[in-house]
Amino acid sequence: MYAYDTLDQTFVEQRTAQFREQVRRRLANELSEDEFKPLRLRNGLYLQLHAYMLRVAIPYGLLSADQLRALARIARRYDRGYGHFTTRQNIQFNWIRLEDAPDILNDLAAAEMHAVQTSGNCIRNITTDQFAGVAADEIDDPRPWAEIIRQWSTNHPEFSFLPRKFKVAVTGSASDRSAMRVHDIGVRLTRGIDGEIGFEIWVGGGLGRTPMIAQLLRGFLPKEHLLGYLEAILRVYNVEGRRDNLYKSRIKILVSALGIEKFRELVEAEWNQITDPGLQLGDAEISRVRAHFRPPQYADLPGRSPEFEAKRLEDAAFARWAKANLFPHERPGYAAVTISLKPIGGVPGDLTAAQMEAVASLADAYSFSEIRVTHRQNLVLAHVPQHRLYDLWRALDALDLATPNLSRVTDIIACPGLDYCGLATARSIPIAQRLSERLAALDEQYDLDQLTINISGCVNSCSHHHVGHIGILGLEKGGAESYQITLGGSSAEDVAVGRIVGPGFGAVDVVDAVETILITYLGQREDGERFLDTVRRVGQDPFRDALYKQP
Amino acid sequence: MQIIRLIAGQPVTDIDVWARIGDDDPLPESAPALVSLARWQSAGAGLARRNVAVGVWLASDEVLDGLISDLERLDLIALDFPNLNDGRHFTTARLLRERHGFRGEIRATGQVLRDQLFAMARCGFDSFELQAHQDTAAAHEAFSEISVVFQPAADGRAAAQAIRAGGAGAHASAS
Repeated sequence: MYAYDTLDQTFVEQRTAQFREQVRRRLANELSEDEFKPLRLRNGLYLQLHAYMLRVAIPYGLLSADQLRALARIARRYDRGYGHFTTRQNIQFNWIRLEDAPDILNDLAAAEMHAVQTSGNCIRNITTDQFAGVAADEIDDPRPWAEIIRQWSTNHPEFSFLPRKFKVAVTGSASDRSAMRVHDIGVRLTRGIDGEIGFEIWVGGGLGRTPMIAQLLRGFLPKEHLLGYLEAILRVYNVEGRRDNLYKSRIKILVSALGIEKFRELVEAEWNQITDPGLQLGDAEISRVRAHFRPPQYADLPGRSPEFEAKRLEDAAFARWAKANLFPHERPGYAAVTISLKPIGGVPGDLTAAQMEAVASLADAYSFSEIRVTHRQNLVLAHVPQHRLYDLWRALDALDLATPNLSRVTDIIACPGLDYCGLATARSIPIAQRLSERLAALDEQYDLDQLTINISGCVNSCSHHHVGHIGILGLEKGGAESYQITLGGSSAEDVAVGRIVGPGFGAVDVVDAVETILITYLGQREDGERFLDTVRRVGQDPFRDALYKQP
Repeated sequence: MQIIRLIAGQPVTDIDVWARIGDDDPLPESAPALVSLARWQSAGAGLARRNVAVGVWLASDEVLDGLISDLERLDLIALDFPNLNDGRHFTTARLLRERHGFRGEIRATGQVLRDQLFAMARCGFDSFELQAHQDTAAAHEAFSEISVVFQPAADGRAAAQAIRAGGAGAHASAS
């Protein structure tokens, strides 16, 4: 993984010192809250309902075991002993005191981490595929490119006061596990006619109040021009993006207002005038960054592990977990393991300090001391020898981290909602917990695979409810929570915005409603068809009838 | 009014000599005059024939398009920041310096706070009208808090990537 050199380290240390001074001025009232707000936001500090929340950047979701230990120490020392992983592959601490924030940033800097640009109207953490470097269908490892973009976007002087936040995802595979097309910019690795590496550039995706799917801006961008082209897009957006209405200020609104052709014309015209050689990526810089992401020292293993096969036959619980939570590794004899942070009835994405330390030790023992955070709020140990999977599973099970539900109906994404967030209009976490408890048995009985639920507590859609197979949006109607349900969304390569099935449900009834939807699906599905395919085939009517028709 | 000016990259506090002239106000006889884009465009030639410096200020929604051919006749371009969130003129300043080769003064006016100065300087601003309640002397520190940059901009600083490529010692180059 990427290791800081003196320049990177100097930057995070200076940035921390700068923020310490800004906090001092705020506490001494030399800065008003209005003046301080953009400064704390760009250092990851939100003011929530009960306390400050600090969102720590985990660039493209990649952590070392030591970094996870550093996060555990922060959770213990400055928070209430846990952290919450987010859909941007970051981690949030929900109970932070402003006075402590500079010390926390200091601890982070010591572990080559920071909270820079995890909030505010700037370029946010770059996300990617959690199976980068491991997936067999990969054209090229997206992580070096994400790192190159991360560096360029860090403290960018021109793009620190954009009309609105700006999110970039990079994917290296045909199967999109990065939700690339619901990002402001999606970068997809591809090959040119002569086999050379380059990029497809997608633009104008996003969720929130007005969900939109990104459109193709450029079919092939030679790799050396990546940063110049991004600079052109950001510059057009900085100048032309709306600033009069918070809800119309994302780049998706600009792209849709101008039309993709006109937007492309502006970007290409701008790009043609960007000639700074400093933005051209040379082979030396690309190689330098790539070297940080070399594959680990794999052992030569046979493609099939007899131990693994035997344990699967012996132990049904292990077999169930192995079926749900493993992803094929491009190296023979290895597997990528997803650690579900969705225990039945638990808070999606939460991990205690003790669990963080235990996972760090397991990463040391089983997976080259590396951990990845997924945008679905789970963790990945990417390189586990198959013959050691059973031991790992038993260790995870003892930590309550072996729930066999990846991409299944209880693998629920939920935002913090009204339990923490100042923007929320409804609770998300308790709904997720009750759904998980109710649906676990149904999953066990009917194998509800490739079916996930996303719950947002307000229109900002932090949990991406629009692209959940089942999406739930919590609103406030006449003083009560009302949950609107959408069906048929997807953030993968078959990306789609879900459609609203009908009027919303109260906080109690929404759990029954989801169960009704699942039972309707089970009645309609043909030959083990995915939920998404059933919805696409039969449409909304059978679901609507089941939900709203009086018997 | 006091302003901060960057001279050879170093901040100094200075007294402002420019008079901002309303669109209907008479021009001063001998003082440098700062006028709106509208006034410049309606009376530009006449303004430039005077033997004193002329500057134009742009509101946050005004762009350079109509002004490019006039840049040589201007000593100052003032770019206004109406609030803390409007970052359009960061782009304007970079384009003035990097694309159009403007060598006069570029001034930040309006909501200008100490903590924006570093980004402004990187984009090509070289004078700053700080909000009245700001401590001008303390604000000088804003330019040296961060020594490492990760992208080329108008200030010509070597980005980290270029320093690495040049093989220069990171410590020496970071200062």
